[in-house]
Amino acid sequence: MKRKLAIIFLLVIISLQIFNSFAIQRFPKPEFESGHTQPPTITPDPRAHALAILDVFVLVAALSVVSWLVIKKRSRKGVFWMSVFAVLYFGFFREGCVCSVGSLQNITLALFNPEYSIPITVIAFFILPLVYTLFFGRTFCAGVCPLGALQDIFALHPMPIKSWLEKVLGIIPFIYLGLAILYAATSTDFVICRYDPFIGFFRLDASFMMFMIGAMLLLIGVFIARPYCRFLCPYGALLNLVSRFSKKHITITPTECIQCRLCEDSCPFGAIEKPVLLKDKEARPIAVRRFLILGIIIPVLVIVGGFVGSQFHENLAIVNPKVRLANELLNNTNYGETEKEAFEITAFNSAGQSKEELFKEAGSIIKQFYYGGWILGGFIGLVFGLTLVSLSVFKYREDYTPNKGTCLSCVRCVDYCPVLPISNDY
Amino acid sequence: MAKKEKKKKLNRRDFIDRGFRVSIGIGLVGIGGVLFKKSKAKEYVWQLDPEKCIQCGRCATSCVMTPSVVKCFHVYDMCGYCDLCGGYFRPEAKNLTTAAENQLCPTSAIVRKFVEEPFFEYDIIEELCNGCGKCVKGCGAFGNGSLQLQVNHRLCVNCNECAIARDCPADAYQRVPMDNPYIFSGYSNEENKS
Ligand code: SF4
Ligand code: SF4
Ligand code: SF4
Ligand code: SF4
Repeated sequence: MKRKLAIIFLLVIISLQIFNSFAIQRFPKPEFESGHTQPPTITPDPRAHALAILDVFVLVAALSVVSWLVIKKRSRKGVFWMSVFAVLYFGFFREGCVCSVGSLQNITLALFNPEYSIPITVIAFFILPLVYTLFFGRTFCAGVCPLGALQDIFALHPMPIKSWLEKVLGIIPFIYLGLAILYAATSTDFVICRYDPFIGFFRLDASFMMFMIGAMLLLIGVFIARPYCRFLCPYGALLNLVSRFSKKHITITPTECIQCRLCEDSCPFGAIEKPVLLKDKEARPIAVRRFLILGIIIPVLVIVGGFVGSQFHENLAIVNPKVRLANELLNNTNYGETEKEAFEITAFNSAGQSKEELFKEAGSIIKQFYYGGWILGGFIGLVFGLTLVSLSVFKYREDYTPNKGTCLSCVRCVDYCPVLPISNDY
Repeated sequence: MAKKEKKKKLNRRDFIDRGFRVSIGIGLVGIGGVLFKKSKAKEYVWQLDPEKCIQCGRCATSCVMTPSVVKCFHVYDMCGYCDLCGGYFRPEAKNLTTAAENQLCPTSAIVRKFVEEPFFEYDIIEELCNGCGKCVKGCGAFGNGSLQLQVNHRLCVNCNECAIARDCPADAYQRVPMDNPYIFSGYSNEENKS
């Protein structure tokens, strides 16, 4: 009898089509006669807050130790063991989040989106490596960044690549940086996190696609050392800029370069610059002419870049879920699904926002992308222009020196220099 | 002579470098300061709002962990202890036995226990649940809605950007403070703690 009633009740409800009506007390909570006690709802606690603070301490300690090893001890061995530590602690133990590379998106989001309040630990992860870089060069890349350290361990058989190619490929991180900032500023997506190739290894869990990309990069990394660092990493692009003005920086020779050329090919990242001697210096009129030409080309590149960028703003904006939803609703495309209503549309209908509101919101996001497209394009144009400058202008240089921007402070080259340090014993 | 010229050149270079260095330093401190003012010392974690969730099933597939760390949580306080549980049985179930073909849950993660006539208690085995939300849908449609999906924070690795959040069609994911990391619909965890 009871069962029949229940089934009838069920049928009535089905016919009423009350779906998605959540948390309606249809059936009263029973009073148990047998003295049964209702178990509590389990709510497991998240990882303790203290551990996040500990991360910042470990970061500071690791940065200090690596900087000391690089600048004072000049010890490759020490830096190597610090990279192993970084892979184990920041990589496998902490499973890669939050890392400094990704934190730049949180910073951007916090600057542009007033609703997002950023944890202090994330600010620390963004600022501290930059500060250390400003003083000591890219010591963060040398042995603290888990992504870099993982690749560094795989750099077994590095081969040199042409320096112009190195410079051209070096543009990619800046484009990536610009895109990541654009998408984070519009609250669209964290692309760096989405396409982090190594996080899957640290968590021992990833989609097959990302796993393959990660494995490919590591495999390439055996021959072309640290490909992600050199040709992709957007945070590396920032560090590159900051490192150029670093107060101290690793030098190849402990005292004075004797031009023995032993270190010439020792850098796996092609970061050692050869001497440019006075006799290579060109005549003044040519230099002036080039200066003028570049002075015209760079602004043109910036404007053309900005224009092209703004033309693509709709393609850029479609990644934003709100814009996508508005687009699908407007064209009645139902996310390409034919059988049933797409989940996004079901959810939109049940959420109770009107279409007009959504379109207005999407419109303002597209506008942000229009301005963002100008800025991004202009920025890319500028990077192209400056790369052109660095390819065509020679700076006078007497000794073999690491390029302060691209040198990862790994200390490999130091062991190739035959000059002995001045010992304090004498 | 040449030496002197070089020295002068180097000095100028040093001077420019120092200028840049100081301005970058000031810039960094500035950014840090601005952010510090609006930041919270609190840590945040991801959680989904069951009121927005439409049980699309992506929670089970989009999480970076396999199986998903999103689990079905049972808010016993809201449960009617029904014999005919909309979250346990398939709508077309012939008889109300615990046979697998009658169960809605694809992994048989729900245990049905007799309490007293006519009440049954339902427990979720966390290890088996994959967060697909089928039971949640059934319970919400036919019952009290006491089964709800939540991110289990003991398992969640707290990605900087939750992979489900960006796939969720209902925009149900949000960052919540770490000290109160669960959102239940129609039930407050805090009130019932004492
Ligand atoms: S370049 Fe990027 S990925 Fe490589 S070590 Fe530096 S911060 Fe890490
Ligand atoms: S310390 Fe710098 S220049 Fe020397 S090998 Fe390492 S990356 Fe290359
Ligand atoms: S992805 Fe969103 S709508 Fe789908 S089951 Fe998860 S919370 Fe619910
Ligand atoms: S934060 Fe990461 S682990 Fe947690 S639910 Fe989201 S995707 Fe899964």
